[in-house]
Amino acid sequence: MQKNRNVGIIGVGQSVYSSHREEVNQPEMIQEAVAEALEHAGITLDDVDCIVHGNMELFEMVHQPDLWHTLGSGTFGKESLRVTTGGTTGATLVCAADHLVASGLHDIVLAIGFEKLQEGHTTGGITNMADPLWGRQLQTGALTGMTAAQMIDEFGEERAKKVAMKYRILMDKHAMKNEKAHRRLGLEFDQAEDLAVNSPALVGELRMIHMCSQSDGACVMIFACEEKAKALCDQPAWIKDHVTAHREEMFCIFGDAPVLSTHRFAAQKLFERCGITDPRKEIDLFEMYDPSSWWGSDWLREFLLLEGDEHLKMIENDEIAMDGAFPVNPSGGVTASNPIGATAMVRVAEAALQVMGRAGGHQVPKTVNQALASGFGGTMWTVLTLLTREVPW
Amino acid sequence: MARRVGICAVAQTTYEPDKWYERFQGMALEVLESLQEQTGVDFSPGKGIGMSVSVSDDIFDARTISDNGMTDVLGAHFGCEEKIAQEGIQALYYGMAAIQSGHEDVVLILGHCKESQGASRNMVTHVAFDPFYTRPVGLDFCAAAGLQAQAYADQAGITEEQLAEVVVRCHANALKNDRLPTVEAVTAEQVMASPMLADPIRELHAYPVSDGAVGMLLVAEDRVKDFTDTPVWITGVGNCMDSFFLGDRDLASNFALKQAAKRAYKRAGIDDPKTAFDVVEVSDFYAYQQPMWLEGLGICDGGTGGLAASAGTAGKAVINPSGGSLAGSPLILGGLVRAAEASLQLMGKANGHQVNNAATALAHGVMGPAGQFHSVVTLARD
Repeated sequence: MQKNRNVGIIGVGQSVYSSHREEVNQPEMIQEAVAEALEHAGITLDDVDCIVHGNMELFEMVHQPDLWHTLGSGTFGKESLRVTTGGTTGATLVCAADHLVASGLHDIVLAIGFEKLQEGHTTGGITNMADPLWGRQLQTGALTGMTAAQMIDEFGEERAKKVAMKYRILMDKHAMKNEKAHRRLGLEFDQAEDLAVNSPALVGELRMIHMCSQSDGACVMIFACEEKAKALCDQPAWIKDHVTAHREEMFCIFGDAPVLSTHRFAAQKLFERCGITDPRKEIDLFEMYDPSSWWGSDWLREFLLLEGDEHLKMIENDEIAMDGAFPVNPSGGVTASNPIGATAMVRVAEAALQVMGRAGGHQVPKTVNQALASGFGGTMWTVLTLLTREVPW
Repeated sequence: MARRVGICAVAQTTYEPDKWYERFQGMALEVLESLQEQTGVDFSPGKGIGMSVSVSDDIFDARTISDNGMTDVLGAHFGCEEKIAQEGIQALYYGMAAIQSGHEDVVLILGHCKESQGASRNMVTHVAFDPFYTRPVGLDFCAAAGLQAQAYADQAGITEEQLAEVVVRCHANALKNDRLPTVEAVTAEQVMASPMLADPIRELHAYPVSDGAVGMLLVAEDRVKDFTDTPVWITGVGNCMDSFFLGDRDLASNFALKQAAKRAYKRAGIDDPKTAFDVVEVSDFYAYQQPMWLEGLGICDGGTGGLAASAGTAGKAVINPSGGSLAGSPLILGGLVRAAEASLQLMGKANGHQVNNAATALAHGVMGPAGQFHSVVTLARD
């Protein structure tokens, strides 16, 4: 692969994330993030050539919502593209914007991920994705207790539960430093035992406290070709590479095909292509799409190609804390804020802010030369994006 | 300069009002297997399809993440798949960008839709309107098209008889297209006597409820020879979004289409669209749209130029030899089907409706109330 030209992220805007943004309608909420991103990049709408949009129609029951959202997105008179891939939508929008700029079609592209989950029924919407004949009666939205059961089986109940709760409280401590985050609960580590017992159980050992939120919110990112990015921004976050891996949900229950992890598969492919041999050392920061603290804990092992209980140790030793050796989700992650069509984009946006050194109150106390962001969606779909501080191609 | 992108193969199911005997996965598989048979392409890493771009719609499919049920057909098990949730012709725009960025060499495009699954397709387009101002008055894309048709008819002085002639010609062309087995010949009298849907749009002025799937293989210039000797090159792309509220627009102005066409022509280096194309395939979901869009594309002059052009008496371009959208193609796949038909013409594979010696073509797609969004693709063969 030889990239046609470099693409830099030069601006990020986010609406405030909340369970109820009742004071704004969808275009108005999007407009908040668009205005902030334009200001952040120091440009106006006139500088933008193309606007990329994505979310899931059945969450708000609006058909082709980019049409109505033109009122707040600023797409009037411009080129546009609408791409969606489920939970990974936000990360796919980043891939799309990268392609549109790298191809030479456009110099500056603005991408919008959004969801207003209070206007629909999130779990109902997700359940509806399953095959009506084979899967829908079994589907419980995004709620699953399988990972908790597997971790308990592998590492013992006490250790597994402790790690998942420590991960959750750590993420909340990160969210407390991010003024845009939806759930900022002010949890303390000495609450862990109480929460493990008293937080309402959802499925098995997946409890309410472990699970991500349902949020309203919009995220906007601005992408520019190398020449314009350098002219407009002192320190852009450059797109080095991205890998997408989907998975067919039923394959694993037929025959004896091995159950592979798309996360590990995508990470292996990305690291091989980018010459990364020791991700924990070579990557400075990871923004992970962690839909629950069980998944977040478990998936560290997959994304970082670890074996055994290395990933548990990273949590137990505070390595993933904001000031740790390998910070994970200084933004607070998905357990703090989850406007689904935006969520995967927020991961890339937050990683970009860290590379740019513009993450404000939750900026990590070290230079971020290389950052990884993951998107999750569908039936274990993965999009992995690698950002760099230096021009990569 | 980014490398050129070639369309190496095209495949379509038939388009019919109710393919009750087939799930959408089955329709898509028929298309995929045809593309594989034509080109020998597979999903082998580094050599075969590296990225699949699907086209479908969550509400038409009544499934959140409508591409989720398609993963196996799209070869996306541990592969890359992304869904265009917009007018299908945008899959060419995106597939081209992914190849020109250097990220991909071989891209599969595969769109599906079964409009017959919904009780009413107007209920689907009804919820494209905002819930506060325009949805409560009961608008849908058909009603919005009625308003636009009135504005355009007033401006161009178009008569009921002239609109009927557009429909008659469309059906006559469609009878030669084996992808449209259920279309029957109509007379102008039948068109003018058909029930009114949204004044002045009558039932036979509107496209039929349509089920079907369409796909194509896009390949980077340096890999094209591996798959075909007769590639069709994408020479230009362009699109444009108009404002949302109908009252904010001049519905007869063709603002977005003119912008979209201008961008495509600029990228393709086309100075005079009146002489540039041998074949033009426009998305005419309602009869008035064929002349109106032809004027917006600059294929002919405004006024009554569109009517003359669609009658085949203006310039050298043959208009909608396939029968066009009016003969039947799902709304969200409209422009992608037009691009597929235009490509078949340039490949010399259009069978019964082949235009002799076609070397250049234009395909057009439209989405949204009264043509809020237009997308134009220009094509050429060596």
